[in-house]
Amino acid sequence: MLLDINGLSVFFGGVQALNKLSLQIRKGEIIGLIGPNGAGKTTAFNAITGRIHPSEGSVFFCGKEITGWPAPRIARNGIARTFQNIKLYEDLSVIENVMIAAHSSISYSFIEAILGVGRYSRDEARIKSRAYELLELMNLGELASEQANSLPYGSQRKLEIARALALNPRLLLLDEPVAGMNPTETREFGQFLLTLRDNLSIGVGLIDHDMSFVMEVCDMIRVIDHGIPIAWGTPSVVRNDPKVISAYLGTDFNGAMDNHATN
Amino acid sequence: MAVSRDRLLTVFSLFILFSFLAYADSNFSHYTLRILQNIAIFITLAVSYNLINGIAGQFSLGPNAFLAVGAYASAIFTLSPEEKLRSFIIEPMLWPLSVISVPFAASLLIAGIVTALVAILMAMPVFRVRGDYLAIVSLGFGEVFQVLANNSMSITNGSLGLKGLQPYTNLWWSWGICVFTVFCTLRLVNSSYGRAMKAVREDETAAEAMGINAFRIKTLAFAFSAFFQGVAGGLLAHLITTISPSLFTFMFTFNLLIIIVIGGLGSTTGSIIAAVLITWGGEALRFFEEPANLFGFQYEGIPGMRMVLFSVILILVMLFARSGIMGRSEFSWEGALGWIKNKLSVMKV
Repeated sequence: MLLDINGLSVFFGGVQALNKLSLQIRKGEIIGLIGPNGAGKTTAFNAITGRIHPSEGSVFFCGKEITGWPAPRIARNGIARTFQNIKLYEDLSVIENVMIAAHSSISYSFIEAILGVGRYSRDEARIKSRAYELLELMNLGELASEQANSLPYGSQRKLEIARALALNPRLLLLDEPVAGMNPTETREFGQFLLTLRDNLSIGVGLIDHDMSFVMEVCDMIRVIDHGIPIAWGTPSVVRNDPKVISAYLGTDFNGAMDNHATN
Repeated sequence: MAVSRDRLLTVFSLFILFSFLAYADSNFSHYTLRILQNIAIFITLAVSYNLINGIAGQFSLGPNAFLAVGAYASAIFTLSPEEKLRSFIIEPMLWPLSVISVPFAASLLIAGIVTALVAILMAMPVFRVRGDYLAIVSLGFGEVFQVLANNSMSITNGSLGLKGLQPYTNLWWSWGICVFTVFCTLRLVNSSYGRAMKAVREDETAAEAMGINAFRIKTLAFAFSAFFQGVAGGLLAHLITTISPSLFTFMFTFNLLIIIVIGGLGSTTGSIIAAVLITWGGEALRFFEEPANLFGFQYEGIPGMRMVLFSVILILVMLFARSGIMGRSEFSWEGALGWIKNKLSVMKV
């Protein structure tokens, strides 16, 4: 078991952003986390990666409890993530963006960096060639020296994934990776994600609103609504779950459709 | 190949710089030499201040505190025991300090280390907050150190200050340290540590999500910058030979802030250019304060006119060239040679 979440809850004052979420991700699995806007999906990611402190529950990663660890420590332990509202280092070059994520893997001290001795050159060369490899993998090789915020939206999303992979993660959490992509790009990205999982044998957690994309790539799906988990299962099971349908479309599904038609 | 060419060009230009200094040392007036040393010290200060403010993006307003700590640390260690006995008339100096006296170079190293340690201690409260709050907290520390210097009679001699320092600082010390600082800073900025600092500046959340311990990186930048500011403080103390708490007011920080903003926050090259311009310009603009005869009008000369002019320049920079002289770009031989080639080809046509 790669990631094992039990009864994870997050309260913001009186607001329950997340209520007793349980979720398991195995190696080589792509797990979808879906739900209507404000359901607590990103909150769940934030609580897993240590950006916010969970109020209750536990998070185990590779058998180790990581609940409440600070974010950098969790990242160094092998959970990489992307952000819903892309968070690149905008003023830096594309290659620097990727190289930064390898900072935790350097073995040289800042004194060695200043003197340019010891493990400095070897580490720098390793980080750089690895960064180029990842950019090639994401088809961003030619943009290496561009400034990150000059990239088109879709490429920025890809760059964020390249940066996350530079951490050499065992678990990759993607927050709306195909938002803003057109259907062709989305399909390509789905294919890419499947090959990535097979080649690197990592676990993937995924939030998205593009249902056809989620249904296509995910092995299992967890649905939450207003912070409360309402369904768990394979795409076909989740798709036909009445609770899921009502969460997305309202309880009076037929009535809503009728109203829509008369309007 | 390009790397060795660049290294050659750098060594060559350093050779030219130091040849110029050698020439200046024996031919220029005392006044001009003093300005040259001031320029070197201000480059040292600006480049290291830029590391924390521009590269790591932490808006600290505390360099006057570091300067004071460095100046006092090195002065206390170079003064001879007899001189200390003579100066500390109200309260005698604390025992071990009162008899220790070390060479200038060692005192500069001590100044750097003591200042860096102070910075590491300060980092704990200072980096609990960000942005404007960080500015206020660090500003507060600047004042705290002035009060401390005024009141710890047995260490700093209070408001009487320390007098009779030997004028150890010369052209070679100030420019040597200056070149060393620029070298170290550039190496650090171009390493993974420098990239991590920039990542924290650009987006702290994203930096932490990529495994970077933001607090540690900020503390590293803070201590590194404090080290060189402390050394510069030691240089300054032995240049002016008398130091007192009132010397290290917020005006120092303010001047440095003008320099790094005009140079371009985040650009080491910009800090160097602006440090030269402002330090030299400050002297060159003195004629505005002197009486003059302008086209038949008698101008009386107003003391302080320079500062008005500086403020106007700063306002104009903020209005029309917010990114400063260099923005965030750096000088490179590649770019410079390309530029020269370009100019030459234009001239041929």
